[in-house]
Amino acid sequence: MTVTSPVAGAAAPAPPRAPDPPPGRRLARRVSLLLAVPALLVLLVFFVVPALRLLWLSVTTPEPGFGNYTALVADDVTTTIVLRTLLMAAVVTVVCVLVAYPYAYLMTIVSGRWRGVLLAVVLVPFWTSLMARTFAWVVLLQDNGVVNQVLGAVGLGPVRLLGTTAGVTLAMAQVMLPFVVLPVYTAMRGIDRRLVDAALSLGARPVTAFTRVYLPLSLPGVAAGATLVMVLSLGFYVTPSLVGSPQQSMLAQFISVQVNQLVDFGAAGALAVTLLVVTLLLLGGVRMLTRTRGATGSGIAGGLT
Amino acid sequence: MTDRAGATIRAEALTKRFPGASAPAVDAVDLHVAAGEFMTLLGPSGSGKTTTLNMIAGFEEVTSGRILLDDDDIARLPAHRRNLGMVFQSYALFPHMTAAQNVAFPLRQRKVGKAETARRVAEALELVHLGGHGDRLPSQLSGGQQQRVALARAVVFSPRALLLDEPLGALDKKLRESLQLEISRLHSELGITFVFVTHDQEEALALSDRIAVFRDGRIEQVGTPTELYETPASRFVATFLGDSNVFTGTVHGGLLDTGSAQLHCDGPDGPGCLVVRPERLRIGAAPADGANRLSATVSDVVYQGAFRRILVRFDDGSTGLVRDAGDAATTTRGDRVEVSWPAAAGVLVPETAAERVGAGVGSGSGVGVGAGVGVGA
Ligand SMILES: Nc1ncnc2c1ncn2[C@@H]1O[C@H](COP(=O)(O)OP(=O)(O)O)[C@@H](O)[C@H]1O
Ligand SMILES: [Mg+2]
Repeated sequence: MTVTSPVAGAAAPAPPRAPDPPPGRRLARRVSLLLAVPALLVLLVFFVVPALRLLWLSVTTPEPGFGNYTALVADDVTTTIVLRTLLMAAVVTVVCVLVAYPYAYLMTIVSGRWRGVLLAVVLVPFWTSLMARTFAWVVLLQDNGVVNQVLGAVGLGPVRLLGTTAGVTLAMAQVMLPFVVLPVYTAMRGIDRRLVDAALSLGARPVTAFTRVYLPLSLPGVAAGATLVMVLSLGFYVTPSLVGSPQQSMLAQFISVQVNQLVDFGAAGALAVTLLVVTLLLLGGVRMLTRTRGATGSGIAGGLT
Repeated sequence: MTDRAGATIRAEALTKRFPGASAPAVDAVDLHVAAGEFMTLLGPSGSGKTTTLNMIAGFEEVTSGRILLDDDDIARLPAHRRNLGMVFQSYALFPHMTAAQNVAFPLRQRKVGKAETARRVAEALELVHLGGHGDRLPSQLSGGQQQRVALARAVVFSPRALLLDEPLGALDKKLRESLQLEISRLHSELGITFVFVTHDQEEALALSDRIAVFRDGRIEQVGTPTELYETPASRFVATFLGDSNVFTGTVHGGLLDTGSAQLHCDGPDGPGCLVVRPERLRIGAAPADGANRLSATVSDVVYQGAFRRILVRFDDGSTGLVRDAGDAATTTRGDRVEVSWPAAAGVLVPETAAERVGAGVGSGSGVGVGAGVGVGA
């Protein structure tokens, strides 16, 4: 950060730019990169190597060439499953954001004790096993389960939930909720409450103060949370398998079928590579969006109005 | 909007009680700010200044009482319809907007046209000497510059009053002084009413037309800087604004009996405190008739260029402060001296029960003095 002269009418200083660190600092920075070595090793052994192997399998089994990929594109079932997976991930993400945003906001305005309670409620999913929670949803979503009893009581049910995409979406959204609540809450906690007061004093109606000031400043948290949920949802396996049905399967389930039942490593590899590419494209898109916003600074606000 | 530039602001029996709090944060405050006046709310931290300002701005709900802007009761009007400029200690610039976009914000809310907005934004930034900085983000500006942008933003829509909550509190001393001048200039150029909150008595004395001294949610005294300094209404005001020597005792027939001395003063019989400013005390000079005189030992001399601060210990053990402009140039630590002052230089203020309990030094920079030994001439 450049501190500019307080003197009135002083010449405009050069735009701020991070100064080059002194040589000693540069060396220290290089040495500190060593701290990342364990993590990189783990990634290499458990991610990069298997991913490359899958890629290799996809272009060599059963015979060398891109046969697996052309088959994948030609096969309606695969296309349907990829699109369904994308759609469900998107819906889960939207549901999570819609539920998490007001929840995180509530956390910022209540007293310390209530904040603790709300935080604990969000974190419970982190403390219990995914299997346990998913089986709980299987019980809840049964035709005569709690959810349907409630829906019936208000005249909306019963609805078939178990084995449907609706049920899967519901269960996945619950599982993913903390991944949105926490980054959104963190972003909101960093917003000076007086900014909203300032907007009001300048004549903004409360709704405008929210959309023009509070919302844009909380968006980085939303983007972080939404990206996490989207990416996790694309490859989600346990919940769709237990709550959903094979007829409505998602990409990860489909891959598992290729491997475990059809023993078709080539097709599985091609699918996995597809999943990886879709995920990377998504991350790249988010990164590009946030970067252009960072550059203009006002992009977030501009995009909203 | 009327043709007059500044609005009068009147708070009547304004009260704020936060849920769960034992005492009200603001307790039946009556305050009358004239049109175009620079009124400062001064008081120690927690005395209710911000809460009062927030109620005027509309950020805090009023428990009871009225707030009149000219003749309209605005106490129940939402903040965004009050049309009052507000400047915060934390600047409260929108970090995702450039300086120019920040300043344009209130104009956008008022549906001002594009060309007109651009013109007024440029004008407002010029007014605070930040023309050419419009495309910077707040994070690319220094603290002083950010506060200037905030000032421009708060006045660009021509509000009839500007509320400022410790606007210089986050700045270092040098910047604070330059921005004080800036705020003073803005006030005279715009001619609108300023309500300025600070806990810094020097800042209050330097800037204000009048000062309201807050204490525990109440106004202790309202007056011009001179009135407050020369004739404080209470020991609290005397010690909060500037340095004071305070002698406590009982008044009987124009004499304050401190237990070890009789001091001439002007006031009704009963318990009281005699307040004497350090620059009114003399060391060594021949006292005039009817002057008070106490003997003391010099315990420290601090050279401050134009004057010296001489700390003395009176013979009964209490301490006093003399601000000497040259009479006692040769005085050094350990000297036995005579401290004197004309009776008219002292101000007698009532002593409240609360102050008797917390005897001695008042808050702020005041020097508390119990009683001096010696004999009034
Ligand atoms: N939101 C609040 N809830 C409860 N008490 C508050 C709140 N804001 C201020 N107070 C209390 O009100 C009193 C006055 O506070 P404030 O107006 O901020 O004082 P000042 O600005 O003079 O330092 C303090 O005792 C403070 O603790
Ligand atoms: Mg305050």
